[in-house]
Amino acid sequence: MDIQLTEEQELLRSIIQRLLREQYDFDERRKIVATDEGWSRRHWKSFADLGLCAAPFQESSGGLGGGSLATMIVMQEFGRNLVVEPYFETVVLAGGLIEDVGSPEQRQTFLPKIMEGEAIWTLAWAEGRSRYDFNNVTTTARRHGDNFVLSGTKAAVIGAPWADRLIVSARTSGGQRDRFGVSLFVIDRHAANLHLQSFKTIDGRRAAELTLMNVEVPAGQLLGLEGWGVAALEACRDRAIAALCAEAVGAMSVLNSATLEYSKARKQFGVALGTFQVLQHRMVDMFIALEEAISLTQHLNLSLAAQEPNGSKLASGAKSKVGYAARFIAEQAVQLHGGMGMSDELNVGHYFKRISSINVQFGDPAYHLMRYAQQS
Amino acid sequence: MDLDLSSEDAAFRDEVRAFIATNYPQEMRVPNPETDLTKEQSLLWHRILHKKGWVAPLWPKEYGGPGWSVTQRFIFEQETSRAGTLPPLAFSVTMVGPVIYTFGNDAQKKKFLPRILSGDDWWCQGYSEPGAGSDLASVRTKAVRDGDHYIVNGHKTWTTLAQHADWIFCLVRTDPGAKPQAGISFLLIDMKSPGVTVRPIITIDGSHEVNDVFLEDVRVPVENLIGEENKGWTYAKFLLGNERTSMAGIGRSTRYLKRLKHVVKTEIGEDDPTFGELIKEIARVELDVLALEATELRIIAQMSRGIDPGPAASLFKIRGTEIFQRITDLMHQAIGNYGLAIREHPVSANRFMPGPDYGHTATEKYLNSRKLSIYGGSNEIQRNIIAKAVLGL
Repeated sequence: MDIQLTEEQELLRSIIQRLLREQYDFDERRKIVATDEGWSRRHWKSFADLGLCAAPFQESSGGLGGGSLATMIVMQEFGRNLVVEPYFETVVLAGGLIEDVGSPEQRQTFLPKIMEGEAIWTLAWAEGRSRYDFNNVTTTARRHGDNFVLSGTKAAVIGAPWADRLIVSARTSGGQRDRFGVSLFVIDRHAANLHLQSFKTIDGRRAAELTLMNVEVPAGQLLGLEGWGVAALEACRDRAIAALCAEAVGAMSVLNSATLEYSKARKQFGVALGTFQVLQHRMVDMFIALEEAISLTQHLNLSLAAQEPNGSKLASGAKSKVGYAARFIAEQAVQLHGGMGMSDELNVGHYFKRISSINVQFGDPAYHLMRYAQQS
Repeated sequence: MDLDLSSEDAAFRDEVRAFIATNYPQEMRVPNPETDLTKEQSLLWHRILHKKGWVAPLWPKEYGGPGWSVTQRFIFEQETSRAGTLPPLAFSVTMVGPVIYTFGNDAQKKKFLPRILSGDDWWCQGYSEPGAGSDLASVRTKAVRDGDHYIVNGHKTWTTLAQHADWIFCLVRTDPGAKPQAGISFLLIDMKSPGVTVRPIITIDGSHEVNDVFLEDVRVPVENLIGEENKGWTYAKFLLGNERTSMAGIGRSTRYLKRLKHVVKTEIGEDDPTFGELIKEIARVELDVLALEATELRIIAQMSRGIDPGPAASLFKIRGTEIFQRITDLMHQAIGNYGLAIREHPVSANRFMPGPDYGHTATEKYLNSRKLSIYGGSNEIQRNIIAKAVLGL
């Protein structure tokens, strides 16, 4: 049950660890985030050259066949290093959707470029008032000859300013909250009548609000079956959650060791902070929270890899439990670092902000707790 | 959630499951097996397991263990707890037995081990004393050497089921001049010895589970000393390590959760303001159980690869007890007004209890389970252990 990594998986992990250790320390990451673009094409290329972008895809798609466990390994290390490049958006979200519901032609057209690191993608499903509900879509897609014409707005799309292509959900039929009638479309980022208003996210990335004013999309760029987009997004969310939990676990483990180290080194009242029992017990609770999060994340990834029937319920359970654990660890890490925890210079606050961002994406812990409860 | 079992292990699981279904005594299926059974009744299953050779999964084969792998032991633990069976007496089988076969001499092994396995001897634990809770090293009960005997004087407390016990294993101070941990010895005392008195302590749930044990000039033959004089602390710590490994209690928590969900669905309408809160809290605790179970499986997998889990046992004690306490708390909330009622002792089916059957033990369980975070080294002590042994603080 414990993930005893295969030789290939161990190799993948050590390759990533080595690359990030040598090329992606916290200073480097700070420099990347401070550039105008906010991400590094050079690093993206090294990820792709190492095969990370191809790692999870099936061999029949031209990938390395690593599946959700490969994603877990990559995301955990990216979480440890606060990698900002849009791996999650490009490979896990868009790549996963294309592989899952794309036509053979779409897979052949889009996946090789993703795997080679030559195309950046993202997914735009949320709207201003949709919160975490995939059904709640007001953006419309009307048929017009051989094209669809899309109009509406999409909210808080992480990575949109960096993307070459976007997958956008829009309503082809039904009322605003109907499950049926939502469809997915592949749109060129530079398509006419698509407008982006970019902003910086709390975790150092770039996102955008999208406005689509009669954007023409060839019918061949409908992804999956017309009207069945919600089911595709739900499966995508399960994979997304498994990846985000792994990333959170990576970030949590760094916060725990940083806090522990600090509590041993930092002296107050003539003694190390770590000698105070109240702080010891807090750190024990942080330790337990991390262990449980690791277990649940592994359990989820194994269940998804085995295509177990309760995978989606489990994904919500993990998003909730790991999310609460991550929030607890992040807040306590700041607290136990005292004033230093508030400083932008220290890495702790940046992990805190990444965890806060993870907790919002694809539904927060409270949302998923109730989704889990309703399926019990 | 299940282990990925090999076909042999799966067959073993089926065998255990079938054995329980066929052999677990109907007599022991009472509302609260921990309080409602006589001594003889509570030994029925112990004796059945003994006959089968399954009573002491942890013991090495040469002393009467079944010779199971880590995985088999885990399966057995999981199946028996899922089925809600009353485990064999822990003080005998899990605690003093391993101390005797690890540190005892041949005569002691020969004398005590078979009677522990058969259930002929019932053991209780003489660790705690008034004024010495989790701080075991402050033991004050004295044992003074007098020829071939020790003369023991002192007062043990919180002694679980001492009213049934034939023997008590005690920590006693044999060297008052030494540092606290260094002057302690591990002594086996016959409860029938003159000078041993048992006095019941009734706990907040109304049950008689624990006792005071008074030792007044009790003469104990020196051959009842385990290992060396003044080395008792080592043996005591070894024993506490064993005590904590089985405390995740996943099977029990899963069983209680299932019942809790049933009660909430039966008792509480969706328009009741409590409903949403209970549903949410149940989901939360269900996820806690799932995460702990996944953690346990991780550790089991590591153990079967030969990795010692070490102080991880403290994690299971902390979380396992917190979770079970929470479940009993929610159950007490779920039964609403009938949470006022509590069964009187001695328990009898002839006494009136209001409300549906499933609520009859909810209050006493809620009250009784408060003990879980206190005994076996309080959860605060467990956090101290992790802080020191895992985090290096």
